[in-house]
Amino acid sequence: MLKFVARRLLQIVPVLLIVITITFFLIRLAPGGPFTDEKKYPPEVIECRNAYYGLNDSLPMQYLHYLGNVVKGNLGPCLQYRNRTVNEVIKETFPISFELGCWAMIYALALGLVFGIIAALRPNTLLDHIPMAAAMTGICLPAFVLGPLLILVFGLWLGLFNASGWEMATDRILPAITLGSVYAAYIARLSRSSMLEILPMDYIRTARAKGASELRVIVCHALKNAAIPVVSFLGPAFAGIVTGSFVVETIFQIPGMGKMFVTAAFNRDYFLLLGLIVFYAGLLVALNLIVDIVLVWLNPKIKIEA
Amino acid sequence: MKLWTSLIIIAGMACLITAFPMGCSKRETPVDLGNREQILHRGIGSEPKDLDPHMVTGVTEFNIIIGLLEGLVSQNPKDMSPVPGVAENWEASTNGLTYTFHFRKNAKWSNGDPVTVHDFIFSFKRCLSPKLGAPYAYMLYCLKNAEAYNKGTITDFSRVGAKALDDYTLELDLASPTPYLLGLLAHHSWFPVHPPTLRKFGEEQPDSKWTKAGNFIGNGPFNLKSWEPDKQIVIEKSQTYWDKNIVRLKEIHFYPIGDHKSEERSFRAGQLHITETMPLDRIGYYRRQNSKSLRLDPYLGTYYYLINVKRPALNNVKVRQALAMAINRKNLTAYVTKGGETPAHFFTPPNTAGYTCSKGFTEDIEKAKQLLTEAGYPDGKGFPNIQLLYNTSDAHVRIAEAIQQMWKMNLNINIELINMEWKVYVAATDEGKYDIARAGWIGDYVDPNSFLDMWIKDRGNNRTGWSNKEYDRLLSEAAQTMDRDRRYGLFQQAEQILISEMPIIPLYFYRSKHLVNPAVQGWDPNILDIHPYKFVYLKP
Amino acid sequence: MKSSEIDATVSPVYTIEESFHDNAWQRLKMNRLAIVSLVFLILLSIICAIATWIAPYPYDLQNLAIGASSPSIRHWFGTDILGRDLLTRLLYGGQISLLVGLCATMVSLLIGVPYGMFSGYCGGKTDAFMMRIVDILYTLPFTILVIILMVVFGRNFLLLFAAIGAVEWLTMARIIRGDVLAVKEQTFIKAAVVLGLSQSRIIFRHILPNVLGTIIVYTTLTIPKVMLLEAFLSFLGLGVQPPMSSWGLLIRDGAEVMESHPWLLIFPGIIFSVTLFALNRLGDALRDALDPRFNKT
Repeated sequence: MLKFVARRLLQIVPVLLIVITITFFLIRLAPGGPFTDEKKYPPEVIECRNAYYGLNDSLPMQYLHYLGNVVKGNLGPCLQYRNRTVNEVIKETFPISFELGCWAMIYALALGLVFGIIAALRPNTLLDHIPMAAAMTGICLPAFVLGPLLILVFGLWLGLFNASGWEMATDRILPAITLGSVYAAYIARLSRSSMLEILPMDYIRTARAKGASELRVIVCHALKNAAIPVVSFLGPAFAGIVTGSFVVETIFQIPGMGKMFVTAAFNRDYFLLLGLIVFYAGLLVALNLIVDIVLVWLNPKIKIEA
Repeated sequence: MKLWTSLIIIAGMACLITAFPMGCSKRETPVDLGNREQILHRGIGSEPKDLDPHMVTGVTEFNIIIGLLEGLVSQNPKDMSPVPGVAENWEASTNGLTYTFHFRKNAKWSNGDPVTVHDFIFSFKRCLSPKLGAPYAYMLYCLKNAEAYNKGTITDFSRVGAKALDDYTLELDLASPTPYLLGLLAHHSWFPVHPPTLRKFGEEQPDSKWTKAGNFIGNGPFNLKSWEPDKQIVIEKSQTYWDKNIVRLKEIHFYPIGDHKSEERSFRAGQLHITETMPLDRIGYYRRQNSKSLRLDPYLGTYYYLINVKRPALNNVKVRQALAMAINRKNLTAYVTKGGETPAHFFTPPNTAGYTCSKGFTEDIEKAKQLLTEAGYPDGKGFPNIQLLYNTSDAHVRIAEAIQQMWKMNLNINIELINMEWKVYVAATDEGKYDIARAGWIGDYVDPNSFLDMWIKDRGNNRTGWSNKEYDRLLSEAAQTMDRDRRYGLFQQAEQILISEMPIIPLYFYRSKHLVNPAVQGWDPNILDIHPYKFVYLKP
Repeated sequence: MKSSEIDATVSPVYTIEESFHDNAWQRLKMNRLAIVSLVFLILLSIICAIATWIAPYPYDLQNLAIGASSPSIRHWFGTDILGRDLLTRLLYGGQISLLVGLCATMVSLLIGVPYGMFSGYCGGKTDAFMMRIVDILYTLPFTILVIILMVVFGRNFLLLFAAIGAVEWLTMARIIRGDVLAVKEQTFIKAAVVLGLSQSRIIFRHILPNVLGTIIVYTTLTIPKVMLLEAFLSFLGLGVQPPMSSWGLLIRDGAEVMESHPWLLIFPGIIFSVTLFALNRLGDALRDALDPRFNKT
């Protein structure tokens, strides 16, 4: 097991290398540079700025230079927010996005699994249709509709929450619901479908026959196997939830990482975007490793080789 | 059945978690609290890129910097006329080439150091330094030899026209008479920075850390207290400011809320006193329900379309005139932009430092049709496929769609709409890869020169490819003219050339749009939308 | 007792392959709701497809003076900010959204399912390698990619499908791969291997039916995602150009003005939701009908 984890962690290195290489050259292909603006900078200013940040060197030189810095753990300066470094930005924004992501995940898992299981236990009855309809509503209401709606109802009309901000504990609730609803819907649907496949299986009948309580049968036997597609989905979903919560962060004015991802791309902030992607790649590989471990734990017969 | 009980319990708990704060009562809002404590909550639209007065380019940053730093002169919040800042008084020589500023002795930096002439000379030198690459260094080019120093052709700063006569007397020698100099001085590129702090954190580095909270030393009415990126910036009343007795606000909290809807909701929730802007579709609501809070005021900016005069059909001045005449700007501003904008039939916003273009072009569909026929496209026949480029945004799409329709109805020509992401759009207009493109221009200072100077041949922002010798001559003559009436006369002639040649299609003059809580006092409307915080206070 | 001990018993899989599809159709027909959904979807597609002839107004006809007006006899669904008929725009938008939804989802299915199945079935080093490739593709900055695609190739619809399919197949592949990893360890697959059945027969006849449920469910989930993603791509300049619109764009625009002109959100929202409900009902019924074990319960 340890060897498996170690080998998988080692795989992060080539993955990162490839990601950095592709991204590094890819973002230079996009039109416009970090200092392109509607009110044009005088050419000597752009020249001077490029020289300072080493953007005048040949691309391969810049690439090697950047790789060298990454090895040293220095992700470079931020081109748009000049007095911050990329390391600082990640250090400041990641914990916030991570916290938001965790709340959203807890909400999505709790709601999604409960709905999925209930629906699977009584398929094609009201107990199936209602939770599944609720799940579909979660999908039909994208964050940019659900978020403002929640704020209007609970923030402005009922006056229970702030309309924006990330100060108080209660500021976590609406964003987490907004972010988690879509994922809850996915989880509900995926778990319903796989529960339906597992429940008629013989070993479930055997367990029931042996007199195990219904809850135990469902949670310990059925869910364990039914959770496989859900778990496979969760890896990338969690990485996405942490880094891709741009819409929710914008609506609720949360100083998280998702916003950085988007603005870095739009501002052609080369170093910030690269740094975030390096971080994201590491996170994704790590999360997928966890997913694989959980898969094996759920079904010990699964064999995954590093 | 046991299963069902447990499931119901789980479901019930999920509901409870969602609903637990239901019992809470209405809290005191930040605005209520702020009104009591003299704490102003202001939305500023986006996260400031920096707070270095020589490096920033945006309005967002300037709105914070005017609280933190003070230049030689400040602006009267009502009419933008110059009022004493660090300089107590000043006089100009009769030829308009030499200005002498007498500093007040009690002006201090926030660490207690006195503000002297040397600090300003240090700041001018830094701003003009070719190594720093200050984007607005050209604002100082009116100083003698400043341009040469900035371009690196001379390296001796003592030849630049800024001299310390003593610690408290500054003399500025100008390259040419600059009647709007005092207006320029209020621009952030002229602001002083604290030399020891700059030396400590790196004077000529664009990524200097001196602007972080804790490092920042300023000379303005407020100090930088904290800066949490993307969350809020707090500035607090300075105890060393020379005019601190007039400052009534204790703190100002700036919130970089980029989404207009979120900002408006925060305003309604009592989290903001002032918003940076507002969603267009809510203007009607505020007009009806809460007109006290709605502030729509003329703003020194023009929304217009650029024409690439090198493209087929568009290289014909008659086509350009026809396009400009066939737009119903009254409908555009009344039904599409809806913010009380003024239709624009010339380029410089009306009453810019007392200058208003005397005669704009007239909208005339019949004339437009006739011009199009004369240009060889009777009833739009044979008109080439022309694209209208804009950067993606709700407002731009709507305007473009409306104008597309007007041209189709009035001239029977089909224009294709092309939207692009911001930087792609800027790069495309920069390289001249467009037919017609949306653009906007905000004046840097209150003078017609800020609007007309940009259309001189090969100026960086003249992306139309248009030039006119007579126009260039008129503007260079105006630059040498001291007498206001003669100067404005030259501008009038130049602007007539501009709007008859029509390399641009003016659409409307901007309005600043704010929601302002009625408790906010001393927030006077002005054309630059600048509100010196020392005069602002809260009276619920 | 560990679950691994229990599931050692072979679970029943269908064996009479010949009559399987007939049975599935029979079972599907039994599900009334599914049939209603199917009919609805077909009708909707037809109506959208012939919008040019049946829509009450041209999709770009403006009436600035009436602006955003609420539903009335003349405009059943009201008009948008520029005074254009919302019903018309919804019908035209449906053309785009249904096309994008189906085509892009197909692209993601065609890449994702074989990729995930192959990766999961082979397992071992092949699996590790293939999954790392997926990881890498996940991390590439999508925004920048789209911008470059658009600048290089200009805007066209094929590109839109390619761009959306290119991101959406990744999650599909991961989920299928996880399922296959579990399925292939079941006894009946092992038995098939021992019996010497050909690889392709094992994959298509034995593994595929067992992951079909997941595939169908995830596909029905991908369609709405794709429709909304299309709106984002339009933002970047790829995809539909105004004054044309799509459901995704209409919902986005409607959300912007939800307080002042709620009908601009409600009607596109309802059409979008009903379509998705129908799709999902159909997907569920299809899943149930195709489930080799479901007929037992």
